[in-house]
Amino acid sequence: MASTDASSAPAGNAVHDLGALLKTGLLAIVIMLAGIITSAAAAAGVFFAVSALLPDSNLLNAMLVMVLGVAACFGYFWGSNAILDMIYPARGENIATNLTRANAIRPWLFLGPAVVILGIYLVYPVINSLILSFHGPRGENWVGTANYSWLMGDQAFRESVRNNFLWLLVVPAASTFFGLIAATLTDRISWGNVAKSLIFMPMAISFIGASVIWKFIYDYRAEGSEQIGLLNAIVTGLGFEPQAWITVPFWNNFFLMIVLIWIQTGFAMVILSAALRGIPEETIEAAIIDGASPFQIFYKIKVPQIWGTIAVVWTTITILVLKVFDIVLAMTNGQWGTQVLANYMFDWMFRGLDFGRASVIALVIMAMVIPIMIWNIREARKDMR
Amino acid sequence: MSGVVGKRPALSWAVNLSVLFLVALWTLPTFGILVSSFRDKDQLAVSGWWTSLTGSERNIVARTDAPDDAVEENGQWVLSGNVFESGSGKATAFGISSREPNAFEAGTEAELRDGGILTVQENGDYRLVYDEQPEGRRGQRIFVASVEPPKFTLENYDRVLFSEGIGKSFLNTLTVTIPATVIPILIAAYAAYALSWMQFPGRALLLATIVGLLVVPLQVSLIPLLRLYNEIGVGKSFIGIWLAHTAFGLPLAVYLLRNYIAGLPREIIESARVDGASDFEIFGKIILPLSFPALASFAIFQFLWVWNDLLVATVFLGNNEEQLVLTGRLRELLGSRGGNWEILTASAFVAIVVPIIVFFALQRYLVRGLLAGSVKGG
Repeated sequence: MASTDASSAPAGNAVHDLGALLKTGLLAIVIMLAGIITSAAAAAGVFFAVSALLPDSNLLNAMLVMVLGVAACFGYFWGSNAILDMIYPARGENIATNLTRANAIRPWLFLGPAVVILGIYLVYPVINSLILSFHGPRGENWVGTANYSWLMGDQAFRESVRNNFLWLLVVPAASTFFGLIAATLTDRISWGNVAKSLIFMPMAISFIGASVIWKFIYDYRAEGSEQIGLLNAIVTGLGFEPQAWITVPFWNNFFLMIVLIWIQTGFAMVILSAALRGIPEETIEAAIIDGASPFQIFYKIKVPQIWGTIAVVWTTITILVLKVFDIVLAMTNGQWGTQVLANYMFDWMFRGLDFGRASVIALVIMAMVIPIMIWNIREARKDMR
Repeated sequence: MSGVVGKRPALSWAVNLSVLFLVALWTLPTFGILVSSFRDKDQLAVSGWWTSLTGSERNIVARTDAPDDAVEENGQWVLSGNVFESGSGKATAFGISSREPNAFEAGTEAELRDGGILTVQENGDYRLVYDEQPEGRRGQRIFVASVEPPKFTLENYDRVLFSEGIGKSFLNTLTVTIPATVIPILIAAYAAYALSWMQFPGRALLLATIVGLLVVPLQVSLIPLLRLYNEIGVGKSFIGIWLAHTAFGLPLAVYLLRNYIAGLPREIIESARVDGASDFEIFGKIILPLSFPALASFAIFQFLWVWNDLLVATVFLGNNEEQLVLTGRLRELLGSRGGNWEILTASAFVAIVVPIIVFFALQRYLVRGLLAGSVKGG
């Protein structure tokens, strides 16, 4: 296709180039904003007109918003394209220049809404959080690095960091390990797909739903009365004393981790199973001929060939673990030494009502994600080449 | 691969059994709350769900009618009735003092201190016989060990749906989920097309930014957005949460769709260009229909994510009847009704049943989406 790169215009006329680029950019922004505002305003107008006629119901309003939202998107993309074609018509004497200019602007019209929304909801907040972290509780007065030094000396923060590291050590490893085992085993049996579905199912369950499910398993009744929690029933059945599992210091962290491992194993299994199937048949056949046992084949032939996929699974679960919040909130709310960063941040935001401190904690989570972010971007760039 | 195992029946057995064990471990927890949610709340409180088919043992305390009400029968004074309030149950043993509640087997006779003879039958009928007319207003206490037949009921669901507010929350969750699932799709699809098939400066940088945004923790966004919403007057409203979920879903949507759309055959798109189709037409007539599988994968991800979300809903919606979503309500019930498992199990099941149905019905697309790229987490 014709290159529309502004930078590929004849060199040597940098000033002219910059001017053209500016003009193109400005025009793109004007058309984009005009399109977004017009379509959003039209959608809002129709919404208020129609919702006045509808019975008062949030659900009906939601349906209406869905239809109007899609219509507004179509309206924007269609309308902004139409405007562009009007300004630079693909006919007449200037057809070549017109096409070039239109092609330089059009991608930005397509990208417009996504870029605007991502900018407001994800890029701006990162910058704003940085600024807020130097401010007081309501984000008004400048306090310098007071929030940071508070954080360094805070006992609960240290506990959260320790627990986050525990989660980071255990959950990705355990999920990947169980996932790998489940993938290997289910690939060898006739009812493997059914088994996979069932192991994968917890993925559809919310963290909070899973917390209810597991809290029921960990339920504790005083010794002597009948246990209705499965774990204590087994423990007492074996002749041991029942325990209030989620209050046992240190070890309760692991009982919370089990919930996330239970949810994530299915994810690991699905990805690793696909990777295992992608291993060239010849390598395995060669190993069989050489007399390798199934276990040797697994550890020495299969696993080394899927290291890349294991890394992807591992990092994906790691990111999830850094943000884990619902499970701790629902099971213990950070009591009994189970606090984690995400829940601690939530605590300062909603109960401590200190936006400065909460922002600092959020930035710590962000900082822990950054190495993975960089690795992801490098991998993605490698793929694209 | 399967050939290796086929020749070793012992190993094949071991594999089958291990998978069975894994499957049991992964399904039993959910199965447990499903069974429990249908059990009678008194039985649920005293016995494990795995015993729900065998009947539950209970110790009850009943009181006979007052001795003053004894009826004369053949020269004796008799009090009779049934120890079970509900009228059903199987008594195994009974007693007359709290120290020895199971002293007598059902059907045998026990002598009271005041001279009465008490018998309790297996079906719970008791008969207290005196030789002389007894006096007193307080009846005799009877301790009974009984086995109750298993009882299943829909009462728990009736209660959580209509008086614990789960029904209303279900509708609220639906209200949040539908627009938040559909609206990002088109926005992302256009962006993905531009990133795959149009040339412009800054494309690589934009792509890298989107891959980076995939992992930005939501926590960073919450406070700035909350302040922004309050400043511009959006406050806690559905429109605010629809936009927030749309935005938080966009990086994954653009990333997934770009991977798919960039993989479409170049010839199709170039021959359409040669035929004079504009980018707008190519997108609407060729790309969008061809990308259906990728659109479906993303829609399922986004649906599950929004339906199951607690954090965004807690921050951007109010804590009132009109706006509390299922996950938020479940969290509240965990706090206020932590011991009432009949309410918690039924509520939890209402909250997870829709995503589970969607999951089983559309698993194919979900798996395809997972394999196409990384996934977003909470």
